[in-house]
Amino acid sequence: MSIATMPAQQPVSPAEETRLTYLNVAYGLKSWLLTKDHKRIGILYLLTITVMFFIGGIAISIVRLNLMTPDGRFIEPDTYNKMFTAHGLIMVFFFLVPSIPATLGNFCLPMMLGAKDLAFPRINLLSWYLFITGCGLMIYSVLAGGVDTGWTLYTPYSSQSSHYNVETTLIGIVAAGFSSIFTGLNFVVTTHKMRAPGLTWWRLPIFVWSTYATSFIFLLAVPVLAMAVILVVIERIVHIGVFDPAYGGDPLLFQHLFWFYSHPAVYIMILPGMGVVSEIIPCFARKQLFGYHFVALSSIAIACFSFIVWAHHMFVAGISLYSALIFSVLSFLVAVPSAIKVFNWTATLYKGSITFEAPMLFALGFVVLFTVGGLTGLFLATLGMDIHLHDTYFIIAHFHFIMVGGAVMAYMGGLHYWWPKITGRMYNDWLSKISALIIFIGFFLTFTPQFVMGYNGATRRYHRYAPEYQVWHVLSTAGASVLGVGYVLPLGYLIWSLRYGQKAGPNPWGATGLEWQTPSPPPPDNFPVTPLVVRGPYEYHLEKSQLDP
Amino acid sequence: MTPEPSILSPEERQVFQEDTVLGQHRLQEQFSNLEQQTETALVGMWVFLATEVLFFGTLFISLAVYRWQYNAAFTTASEQLDWMIGGINTVILLTSSLTMVLGVHFARLGWRRPLVWMLVLTALLGCGFMCFKGIEYYKDYVENLIPGWRFVDSEWLERGPGTQEAHGATLTEQDVPHVKMFLFLYWTMTGLHAFHVFIGIVVIAGLAVLAHRGHYSRIYYTPIEVVGLYWHFVDLVWIFLFPMLYLIGLHSASEIRF
Repeated sequence: MSIATMPAQQPVSPAEETRLTYLNVAYGLKSWLLTKDHKRIGILYLLTITVMFFIGGIAISIVRLNLMTPDGRFIEPDTYNKMFTAHGLIMVFFFLVPSIPATLGNFCLPMMLGAKDLAFPRINLLSWYLFITGCGLMIYSVLAGGVDTGWTLYTPYSSQSSHYNVETTLIGIVAAGFSSIFTGLNFVVTTHKMRAPGLTWWRLPIFVWSTYATSFIFLLAVPVLAMAVILVVIERIVHIGVFDPAYGGDPLLFQHLFWFYSHPAVYIMILPGMGVVSEIIPCFARKQLFGYHFVALSSIAIACFSFIVWAHHMFVAGISLYSALIFSVLSFLVAVPSAIKVFNWTATLYKGSITFEAPMLFALGFVVLFTVGGLTGLFLATLGMDIHLHDTYFIIAHFHFIMVGGAVMAYMGGLHYWWPKITGRMYNDWLSKISALIIFIGFFLTFTPQFVMGYNGATRRYHRYAPEYQVWHVLSTAGASVLGVGYVLPLGYLIWSLRYGQKAGPNPWGATGLEWQTPSPPPPDNFPVTPLVVRGPYEYHLEKSQLDP
Repeated sequence: MTPEPSILSPEERQVFQEDTVLGQHRLQEQFSNLEQQTETALVGMWVFLATEVLFFGTLFISLAVYRWQYNAAFTTASEQLDWMIGGINTVILLTSSLTMVLGVHFARLGWRRPLVWMLVLTALLGCGFMCFKGIEYYKDYVENLIPGWRFVDSEWLERGPGTQEAHGATLTEQDVPHVKMFLFLYWTMTGLHAFHVFIGIVVIAGLAVLAHRGHYSRIYYTPIEVVGLYWHFVDLVWIFLFPMLYLIGLHSASEIRF
């Protein structure tokens, strides 16, 4: 933190000590479990997904340890299948999808809109209960024998062959899915109807725009997955159905329905991340966001395109050549709005007064890793290339660059950015920067070797592999252990900051967003008086006197 | 906030002011006024219905795909369903949509007794729908139309699409799984729809009780409007379900059999 941007620490007045915040307004377990306050529900989500993140992390650590040697000495093949399935399912459905929207979105969105709460606070709480029900069923499935279908749950494997806990897993996914739907519903309605006076659409922060776009994907894509998965459950129970070839069904139908959700789900993960980065970069470059309108509209464009590219996951699954060609062309379209965002972030940095605090390091890491992930996506959108690369480690590396390098980096960045707002405390500056660097380096070390071996033909999901790939696997596992350190470190210093961190004050970063104009941690009603908005969201070029009248 | 109408008799004015106080009492803390609260609830229901469209849409697309793929089996199976009962239920649901919209109308006017009656009528029509559905399900049970429980493969080998005189083609053993698939979709779709009707009946009955107790006024009747939207949606789903499940074969039949 440079001295220039840090407002002088004001002595804490006695009034500040006794101020009513959302944290001290009520105490006890009941006050949390029955809360309708969006900020508390955000915290509940934060705790839940952190637990799920580390469970998913443990699963993949076992997989990576096993891949140290080509002959799979560490675990049995069956256990291996269960471990990578647990990793995929938990990380996608129980960490990444709810990560930014349900924690940071829940916490920040109403404040960014100048609202007292979300439109439907009780539905918001219901959505958390649905989510932990899903988490519970998922954890139960893993502990009670595991599930081995892969996170893609393809039929007929999931409907016929697998004898493990597929039903409980699927019901868990449906529960988590409905939790997402209700969150999305709340966000869409809140954005439409709860904006503070003067807060026009073109004054909304990009985070709101991208959460709004994400919510639409929740609303329109999740029900399709939920119904497809319910059909699989019924099919497993009554042995009649629409997916299993033995019953006259077509497994491709499941793949279509699955990817109709799961491709947009990629944008569910990355769009909020883009929103977070669009908040952080202008703040730490002290500049207005370059091309605000284009960044905002490209979020909507990405959400729209996300619904018309799903079959690029199925190029080798037996769809017709012509539909594959069309989906290939459409997939390239996604590159356009994504590139618009990257260029605008870069242009925002140009001639900015950049400082390198932890949130900024995470955001810059996001831009680099997302660009690599996005460009390798173009390889995979190319029909001919995809036939070579399909189901190899190249794919694994590509989507981890988007989902971990992109979404998780942005989530960490957002968490560090809004941590002072959420808790009212600053974390350790040096440690947080170090952890951002460790995660960045560890990430590159983990997944770059996978690009190389995938391009050379190493297939994914195999318990054993040809010995010539061992060097890449060892490098990847080494990188994963560095990454692991990077993820455990924040757990330490963030918890430490709760008690020993410096008091943050309302606006430690000198940011312009509405959420920074209320004390940290915010009062239960968010704002002492409903704010009147007279400016756009990133007026960093204005003098300080103009910002704080 | 609705402005006070300029021409009111003293009694009407008193009622209006009471309504206004009552309406203010219904304002939840996150909203700044009743108008915002009402609009928010309506947008919320519309958005929820959009989700529901996709939820049902998954089943509709599956039905459409397989109907195209296994036309003979689907047509044959569809002809075993009783389109008469389906048709009666269509009329019942359409009528219930009328009574519901009249209910919303009376709520807007602040006429309490007609509102209660319309809500009761809507709920009763919903129950009527469920009764006919029950009769139909019982018939399906008697006629062995429940795959996995009461289903006889050999029966289907004598049946064929359309009237047998006209086409002469009967189903083969390979078609039987597809017949099961049609019936599976029939049970899933009508079952899911009936579940929605059931929820609707319960909620509307609850509204009727609350309306009877005077919970709603012309200032505040948002729940009635919101539930009305839901009820029309449930009706609309049936409007699509009925032809897609019951009327598949009728255009190919040489005569409509009663």
